[in-house]
Amino acid sequence: MCGARPSLGRGRCTQRGRSLFLSPSHLGAPCRTQRLTSRLSELRNKVTPRSRHAEEHAAHQRERTNMPAVSKGDGMRGLAVFISDIRNCKSKEAEVKRINKELANIRSKFKGDKALDGYSKKKYVCKLLFIFLLGHDIDFGHMEAVNLLSSNKYTEKQIGYLFISVLVNSNSDLIRLINNGIKNDLTSRNPTYMNLALHCIANVGSREMAEAFASQIPSILVAGDTMDSVKQSAALCLLRLNRTSPDLVPMGEWTARVVHLLNDQHLGVVTAAASLITTLAQKSPEDFKTSISLAVARLSRIVTSASIDLQDYTYYFVAAPWLSVKLLRLLQCYTPPEDAALRSRLTECLETILNKAQEPPKSKKVQHSNAKNAVLFEAIALIIHHDSEPTLLVRACNQLGQFLQHRETNLRYLALESMCTLASSEFSHEAVKTHIDTVINALKTERDVSVRQRAVDLLYAMCDRSNSKQIVAEMLSYLENADYSIREEIVLKVAILAEKYAVDYTWYVDTILNLIRMAGDHVSEEVWYRVIQIVINRDEVQGYAAKTVFEALQAPACHENLVKVGGYILGEFGNLIAGDSRSSPLVQFDLLHSKFHLCSVPTRALLLSAYIKFINLFPEVKTTIQEVLRSDSQLRNADVELQQRAIEYLRLSCIASTDILATVLEEMPPFPERESSILAKLKKKKGPGILPDIDDARWNGNGNGSVEHSESAEGLNKSSPSLMADLLPTNRPRPASSSPTMLSAGTMGSAHPFTDLLNLNSAPSAGASLLVDVLSDGFSPASLDVSDENFSRFVCKNNGVIFENQLLQIGLKSEYRQNLGRIYVFFGNKTSTQFLSFSSSLNIHAKAVDPTVEGGAQLQQIVNIECVSDFTDAPVLDIQFRYGGALQNIAVKLPVMLNKFFQPTEMTSQDFFQRWKQLGVPQQEVQTIFKAKHPMDTDVTNAKILGFGVALLDGVDPNPTNFVGSGVIHTKSTQVGCLLRLEPNGQAEMYRLTLRTSRESVSQRLCDLLSDQF
Amino acid sequence: MRFMLLFSRQGKLRLQKWYTATAERDKKKMVRELMQIVLARKPKMCSFLEWRDLKIVYKRYASLYFCCAIEEQDNELITLEVIHRFVELLDKYFGSVCELDIIFNFEKAYFILDEFLMGGEIQDTSKKSVLKAIEQADLLQEEDESPRSVLEEMGLA
Repeated sequence: MCGARPSLGRGRCTQRGRSLFLSPSHLGAPCRTQRLTSRLSELRNKVTPRSRHAEEHAAHQRERTNMPAVSKGDGMRGLAVFISDIRNCKSKEAEVKRINKELANIRSKFKGDKALDGYSKKKYVCKLLFIFLLGHDIDFGHMEAVNLLSSNKYTEKQIGYLFISVLVNSNSDLIRLINNGIKNDLTSRNPTYMNLALHCIANVGSREMAEAFASQIPSILVAGDTMDSVKQSAALCLLRLNRTSPDLVPMGEWTARVVHLLNDQHLGVVTAAASLITTLAQKSPEDFKTSISLAVARLSRIVTSASIDLQDYTYYFVAAPWLSVKLLRLLQCYTPPEDAALRSRLTECLETILNKAQEPPKSKKVQHSNAKNAVLFEAIALIIHHDSEPTLLVRACNQLGQFLQHRETNLRYLALESMCTLASSEFSHEAVKTHIDTVINALKTERDVSVRQRAVDLLYAMCDRSNSKQIVAEMLSYLENADYSIREEIVLKVAILAEKYAVDYTWYVDTILNLIRMAGDHVSEEVWYRVIQIVINRDEVQGYAAKTVFEALQAPACHENLVKVGGYILGEFGNLIAGDSRSSPLVQFDLLHSKFHLCSVPTRALLLSAYIKFINLFPEVKTTIQEVLRSDSQLRNADVELQQRAIEYLRLSCIASTDILATVLEEMPPFPERESSILAKLKKKKGPGILPDIDDARWNGNGNGSVEHSESAEGLNKSSPSLMADLLPTNRPRPASSSPTMLSAGTMGSAHPFTDLLNLNSAPSAGASLLVDVLSDGFSPASLDVSDENFSRFVCKNNGVIFENQLLQIGLKSEYRQNLGRIYVFFGNKTSTQFLSFSSSLNIHAKAVDPTVEGGAQLQQIVNIECVSDFTDAPVLDIQFRYGGALQNIAVKLPVMLNKFFQPTEMTSQDFFQRWKQLGVPQQEVQTIFKAKHPMDTDVTNAKILGFGVALLDGVDPNPTNFVGSGVIHTKSTQVGCLLRLEPNGQAEMYRLTLRTSRESVSQRLCDLLSDQF
Repeated sequence: MRFMLLFSRQGKLRLQKWYTATAERDKKKMVRELMQIVLARKPKMCSFLEWRDLKIVYKRYASLYFCCAIEEQDNELITLEVIHRFVELLDKYFGSVCELDIIFNFEKAYFILDEFLMGGEIQDTSKKSVLKAIEQADLLQEEDESPRSVLEEMGLA
């Protein structure tokens, strides 16, 4: 047999064991998967005992004899021989050699004088394709493939198209020639040729092709005389073009007719059309609204049909599962139907699908249950999307609960995943929580890491105040044996939950230290920065933290992250435990220093800072520490940073008086509260789509620990380098409130309407002597015209000129963070003469500035602002001065608006719509429709919305021309979540702006502010 | 669907179909990475996994792995049945199909896939419709074939 020519006869070689897939008998077998695997192991056993050489030899023979005969049609003998040769190559080198030989052969044929016939061209092109698919580069043959397109033989054309769709990239210079071939076939009225052409367009999907054919395809799709199979191809081809170049696929009168394809007789056409309509409806839902009723009707007919009605579209006793899934997807582009009859018909469908899940299976095959459950899961996705029918939501949750213990791993996985989204619905959150034990069990017993990962996600999503301790404890214990790939994520999740639901901060500190102890390597900087921020901001936990880290550091081997936290906390609060002789200053110092030499440079730097803090806290260890600093290993350390710290700290400790030392090394002031950097990190890591949003409580406003969240200290920066700098005692940040030159907020009283809402105070710029008489006596608000002409220009920006006349220019620079803000007011004297008796004051609070402003000079004033509650009126700045004898009086409305206290919030489309629905009470929504005042430019609008302070959410609105934003307004007492949507209508030059917040007054004010901007 | 891959237990790629424009270099990298992940998984593990921003749905049929990358909101179970239907189509067309059929008739495998899926979406779920389309094409092909002389065949080998 060896060396025999491969048999290529038309008869099939039906050797046993050759067929590795399904044979008809296997299709009927009850448990096919097992059969297949057992058959496989049989095969393997047969092979293993033989010697390697014999095996190879045998393999070679099998190879030769088993080369399958081509079952139907064509016989490209040369190709089969070539493929066989390649497979017989014993080494990579031999293969490359064989390929190069073939390439040379083909090249010479193509270049040869003799014109090749179509068959040869086809065969060589096919060989090139094979070589390319093996992973080798192909740099010729394209022209020959293009030539094949114009062949009038089907198989040649087909191979030409295949080569092009696999190998031609969009910017090829051949594209014009290719387009020509496609054009001929599209207009050929031969359905098989038309299909080939449409497939090619869909496969390549390049812009050039879209430009050439996008306008033609819709007419093929909706023409009355188009064959069904061509319609299907045209629909999907259009879908592909719409995905790659949406701008080139024009909407037109065909859209209405496409929707009606949902009614088509041919289920294949309906399936293809449903895909197309779903994609289009995601982008412009309004245009395809009529599809809702058609989709519901079709779905209803399918789910109520007897399983055999649909003939070939019934798949393992499930009626048209693909189409059902697609229709359910299409309906997810929309809110529940408004029409009551339609709505109840849809509810009926969904109930029927849920009922069917309870029926005994019609077949034991996995295909049956997969198809059935695919429809079920899609129905549940729609129920969750609508989030409006509590009964359906709870039923869905119960159904998923059953799946949690199903023997199919796939179903357990999907149930865990799907429940994650259910957990964030207010209707089903409680129902999800009842499954906590099953989920915890899954975490412990599932053998597949991806299933365990889903369990972690679900525990995270279902966590609230009532079960936080249990969930955190379970996650911690899982962490010890967790796969390395997901440890960091679990650490982040535990850290977030521990912080969010910490009523008792000792629990929080214990949890984080446990994290560091168990998974130190996976504890990112953000996590240990955070524990320090929280300890610093909370007096009540500082002593406990010091004691706990001190104990943790006793362990002979502890993670470097623990040394960092320990060094930092003892440096700040070591004095709180120094009374105990077991943790006296010297013991503390020795303990820290015993770790010093094992640590990396940044940790050592941190420890040095802790040492100098010790010198301040405990004068009795000063000499010991100075000695350490003085040692050669410090003063002459090869690392510049360490050396510099040692020198500077040593010097500081020698020359500074106790008072100075105490001032310089004072305890860290509280960190400003900001969004948790851990949360940001988790979001970044997971991608927003997968993360169940922890901030739901804040939005729902119904308990669930929103208090803890707003109270807890928030992270510093998102970028770690600056965080590091902030944390190191040498670069200590000075939060505004600790600065002695600043007035504390909330001390002023006045009758002005916004006083109780906004706490304002002016302060001199630090160190400058521009402002005198900080607390001059009362000043009555001037009753002159208030200038607010530039006021609205500041809605979306923070800096600029607010007022200008011949004499005076007033510029502003402002910055806002959470509920605090600071405005720098610059008064510029435009004349060459002095202004005398200059004063500038806010209408609630009097404060004088330097009474003289020299000609051409500029004077600066700082205003600190705190937003106490939501407000409408802005403060007024009154300015008086004498210019040449005449008294000038100017009042300027300061652009302090509610939107300045926005914190942008990123969220996924799903979350957005969920919240949008939650804020559905009529008073919560304010909508306005207005004419555009400025040219309607997308970039400008983008910038304005960002300037307004919200996060601009991409890809949330199904219509890409709409703008969607979300943010949280921070006031001292509360936080108000805001969602906004701006829909431009270019033709009418109109906008529609909709705002939803939990407070009517806020919605109204924000709407007024923003609608003025476009 | 973003792409579909067929590869063997030995890590040989047998078929690849990309439904979004991807640079050749990225394709190779993605294929290598995915093969490594999927081949390392044990038989009883679940058929879905998260990979980059995609969901991977895979199933093994004897020595071949069928592996689809779908998007976040796509349905995993139905994708599993897309794979199964494709296998059925191959099986029906080739008789009981095996890996060798796909190697030696790779172009046919591509044609069948194209008739079944287009632009990553299912074109027709009816086995009959898809096979009818393919058989029609074969019929055309047979008509095309003119008898070839032995000499011609020799010259090609």
